[in-house]
Amino acid sequence: MNAPNKSGWKPEMSPAEDGLHNGPATTTGNRALMLEEPLIFEIGHAETTGVDLPEIDPDAPNRLGGFERSKPIGLVGLTEPETVRHYTRLSRQNYGIDLGFFPLGSCTMKHNPRLNEKVARLPGFADIHPLAPQQTVQGALQVIHELGDWLMKLTGMPGVAMSPKAGAHGELCGILAIRAAHTARGDAREVVLVPESAHGTNPATAAFAGYKVEDIPATPEGRVDLEAIKARLAPDVAAVMITNPNTCGLFEKDFREIADAVHAVGGYVYCDGANFNAIVGRVRPGDLGVDAMHINLHKTFSTPHGGGGPGSGPVVFSEALKDFAPLPIVRKLQDGDGYELVEEEQREHRGQSFGRMTAFHGQMGMFTRALTYMLSHGADGLKQVSEDAVLNANYVLRSLEDILHAPFADSGPCMHEALFGDKDFEGGLSTLDLAKALIDEGYHPMTVYFPLVVHGAMLVEPTETESKAALDEFITAFRSVTERALAGDESMKQAPYYAPRRRLDETAAARKPKLAWEEPEG
Amino acid sequence: MRYLPLTDTDRGEMLAKVGAKSIDDLFVDVPEVAQLDGPIHDLPMHASEMAVERHMKTRANKNLSAGDTPFFLGAGAYRHHIPASVDTVIQRGEFLTAYTPYQPEIAQGTLQMLFEFQTQVARLYGCAVANASLYDGSTACWEAVAMAGRMTRRKRAVLSGALHPHYAQVVKTMAQFTGDTIADNLPAIQTEPDNAGLMSRIDDETSCVVVQYPDILGRIPDLSELAEAAHAKGALLVVVNTEPVALGAIKSPGEMGADIVVGEGQSIGVGLQFGGPYLGLFAVRDPKHVRQMPGRLCGETTDAEGKRGFVLTLSTREQHIRREKATSNICTNSGLCALAFNVHMTLLGEKGLRELATENHRLACKTADRLEQIPGVSLLNSLFFNEFTVRLGGKLAREVVRDLADKGVLGGVSLDRLYPGVEALNDALLVAVTETTTDEDIEALATTLEEALA
Repeated sequence: MNAPNKSGWKPEMSPAEDGLHNGPATTTGNRALMLEEPLIFEIGHAETTGVDLPEIDPDAPNRLGGFERSKPIGLVGLTEPETVRHYTRLSRQNYGIDLGFFPLGSCTMKHNPRLNEKVARLPGFADIHPLAPQQTVQGALQVIHELGDWLMKLTGMPGVAMSPKAGAHGELCGILAIRAAHTARGDAREVVLVPESAHGTNPATAAFAGYKVEDIPATPEGRVDLEAIKARLAPDVAAVMITNPNTCGLFEKDFREIADAVHAVGGYVYCDGANFNAIVGRVRPGDLGVDAMHINLHKTFSTPHGGGGPGSGPVVFSEALKDFAPLPIVRKLQDGDGYELVEEEQREHRGQSFGRMTAFHGQMGMFTRALTYMLSHGADGLKQVSEDAVLNANYVLRSLEDILHAPFADSGPCMHEALFGDKDFEGGLSTLDLAKALIDEGYHPMTVYFPLVVHGAMLVEPTETESKAALDEFITAFRSVTERALAGDESMKQAPYYAPRRRLDETAAARKPKLAWEEPEG
Repeated sequence: MRYLPLTDTDRGEMLAKVGAKSIDDLFVDVPEVAQLDGPIHDLPMHASEMAVERHMKTRANKNLSAGDTPFFLGAGAYRHHIPASVDTVIQRGEFLTAYTPYQPEIAQGTLQMLFEFQTQVARLYGCAVANASLYDGSTACWEAVAMAGRMTRRKRAVLSGALHPHYAQVVKTMAQFTGDTIADNLPAIQTEPDNAGLMSRIDDETSCVVVQYPDILGRIPDLSELAEAAHAKGALLVVVNTEPVALGAIKSPGEMGADIVVGEGQSIGVGLQFGGPYLGLFAVRDPKHVRQMPGRLCGETTDAEGKRGFVLTLSTREQHIRREKATSNICTNSGLCALAFNVHMTLLGEKGLRELATENHRLACKTADRLEQIPGVSLLNSLFFNEFTVRLGGKLAREVVRDLADKGVLGGVSLDRLYPGVEALNDALLVAVTETTTDEDIEALATTLEEALA
C-alpha cells in the first residue's frame, strides 16, 4: 500500500496465530485474487489464433523452392480474450515499482513516468525504419543528437557513443575504446585494475577485451585504496575501472588523485556510471578525470526495467578517447540545420573508430524516454533528483544503523544507497531469510549478497521517488524483520508465506535443467 | 516537481535526523574541484508535462513514419502489424516496472513468460533450448561465433558473404579484441547463394560457418549441405535469421542441421523503433551445449510446497558469479521485448504464423512480378520469402531511393547503403513486403520506380 497520511487509517491486522491455513483448500488451487495460470502450451491449440488473416491457398504459386516447411512448428495460439487474461493473470504474480517500494540497491528502481511511454509510442518515433533515407528521419537524428548533448553536458565530457545496448555493452564500448587508443600509439598494455567491490560485468568485460584483471583492495572504510593503486601503477596498466559512487554506496573521494596517477603512467580511467543517479546534476565526472563512462539510461534516466531489459548504455568520452568511439554517430551538418548519420561504411569518416557494436544506432525507444525525462526535470530538477536520492538513502541508513550492522556507517554520509550486513543474526538466519520475510511484508527486497566485500550484504537504494511516509513505513517493517532475525525467529526460514510461490528449489533447477516445455509422455 | 514526493518540510526533518545542516553536508566527499555552484549551465530548467510533450512532438513530426506511406524497407528490420493487445500487456506496470527476476517468489509472471518464450523460440528454430534473449540479432551473432570458438577450441570463423554486413561488422569488431580470425567476403550478385564458394573456405581450423537464412539478398540457401560440410571438418554451423516470420513458411534451421541458431526477433511484437530496442534470439540444437550458452536462462522447478514454479538457472555461466571467467559479459536480456514477442506469438499460434508467412510471401511474389514489368528492372532471386533483390540496370540505387523518398515512397534499401563504394552492387535494391503492404502501395512503388528509371 501507499503510506497513509495523517488521517490515521490503518489496515486491520489478521489474527496473530500462524495465519497460514486459515481457510479450507480450494478446488481450483486459486485463492480469490491469487490466481493460478497454466502455460500457454497447456491451454492453447495449434488451430486457435487471435489474429484474423486470409486462409492459406494451397495452390498459390510460390518461390520457396523445396524449402517449404513440412513439419509442424509446435506452437499454440489463443484468442484475444484468452491472451489478455493469460498475461493479466501472470502479471499479478509479479512485483513492480507501480505496486510498491522496490529498494533494490545498485539497480535504481525509481518511478517510470508515463509521459515517457506516451512519447516513445508516437508513430514518428516508434514506426520508423533504421535504414530509412536520412531526409525522412531528421527528427529522430535530432533526438539522438540532443540526448547526446545532454549527456555530455551533464558529465562534462566532450564525446559520446550512443549505440551500446545496455550497461555491460557500454562498459565493453569504453574498454574497447581504451584498447584502441593504446593500440593506436603502439602501446601494448596488459592489465586492467578492478576493485573487489565491482559489479561482475567489470572483470568480465576487461577479460573479454583481452586484459588480465587484477583486484584493487579496499580500505577499511569501504573505498578503493589509493596507496595500493599508486603502488601497482606501471606502464603495463591499461586502465582502472572504478565505480563512483561505489557499490558500498560511498563517494570515492580520492577519485581525482587516482585519475591523475593513472594518467601519469599513460593509463586511462574507466568509470562505471551505474550509480550516476546519485550525483547527476550536481557533479560532473569529467571534472574528476574520467576518460570513459557508461550511463544506464534505465537507472539514472528512468527508462523502465521491463523485467530485465531492454536497457541502454551510452558512453561519454574524454578528449583523449572520443575519436575511438564506435560508429554510427549522429552529427549536426556544418551548413544548414540538419543532422546526418555517419555510418561505419563511409570509410572517409571512419578515422580511428574501433568499429561497430550493433546492427543499427542504439536503443531509440530508450532515447526518446530518457530525453523526455531530462526535459521534464531540467538542470534544476536533476540536481534535486540526486539530492533527494542521497537524502533518502542517508535517512534509511541512520534509521537502521542502531539495529543492523552497517559496516561503513562511520565512513561519512552514504550516497544513493545504504549498505548493511547480517552480523549478529541468530539461529542460523541469514540475509536471504530477512529478504524473504520482507516479501511477506509487501516489499521487494533490497539487493542481497552484493557487494561481495560485506558478509551477507544488504544494499538498500530507496531512490528519490519515495515519500518520507513511505520510507517511515518501510523502516518500521525492516526494523521488525531485523528484530526477528536478531532473535533467531525460526519461522523466517520458511518465508515467504504469502507470495504466489514459497521458496523455490534453485538447486534442483540447475541440477536437471528443464528449459522448455515438453508434452507429457503418454 | 511532479515526480518528487519529498516536501521541504520532509527534507528539513530528514536532514535533522541524519545530522546534516544542509544537503551539501551529504556531498562533503566530493572533492572541491568537482563542486558546482548550482544547476549545470547551458541546459534548460524543468518543464511541464504539456511543454515536454510539445517539444518531443515537434521532433516526431519531422519523421516520415512507415504507416503513413508506401513502405518497402527491410534488411534486418521489418514492419509488421502488431495486435493492439500486445502493447496493452507490456504496459501493465507489473511487467513494465519489474526488475530481473532475482526474487522468483514475486516474479513468477516474468519467469513463466520467459519459459514460454524460450519454448516458442526453440520450436520456431527447430532447436532444443533457447535462452531468455540477448540485445539484438547482431550481438547474438557475435555471441554465437564466440560460443563456437569455446566449443571447438578454434579461432577461425567463416562468414558467408550474404550475411547482413552490419552483423559481419559487429563480429569483426569484437574479433579484433579476442584474437579470433574472421574470414568474410562480399555477396556474389547471383541468382543462387554461393554455397560452393562458402564450403570451399571451410578448413580444419574453422570453428564455425555463419550463414544467413534467408540471406541479405533475400535468397534461401540450402543449409543441409552446409551443415554436412561444416561437420565434416569438425566445425559448427551457425545460422542467422533476421525475419522470424519466414520460419512460418520454410524449414527450421535446426531440422536442416544447424548447431546454433540466432536471430533478430523484432518482427514479432516489437516494432521498428528506428533500430532498437530489438530482441536477440539464441538457441542450440543439442541440449548438451546449454552450459556453453551466453545469457540468461529460465528453468522449471518446484517450491517448498511442491507447486511448479520458475527460476533463473545455470547462472554459474554468468558474470555476476564467474566474473572474468564468464561465458559473456552480458547482464541484461531484452525482457520486455521478449514479452512482446511472447504475446504476439501466442496470438498468432501455429495457424496464425503460417497464415501470416503465407500472406507475406504471396504479396512479395505479387510485388516482384509487378516490378519485373518495369523496363530496366530485373529480379535477381530465383527463391525468396518476403524480401528480394532487384537490379536497376546500372542506375545508382541509393539515388533512386532518395528520389522515391522525395515522392513519399520508401521504396527499399539500396545495397550501396549497406556496401558503400562497391560498384558491382550499387544498382541493386532490396525490397521487403509484408502483410501491411497494400495493392495501392505496390502500384505506388511501381509507378515511382518507373518514373525514376525513365
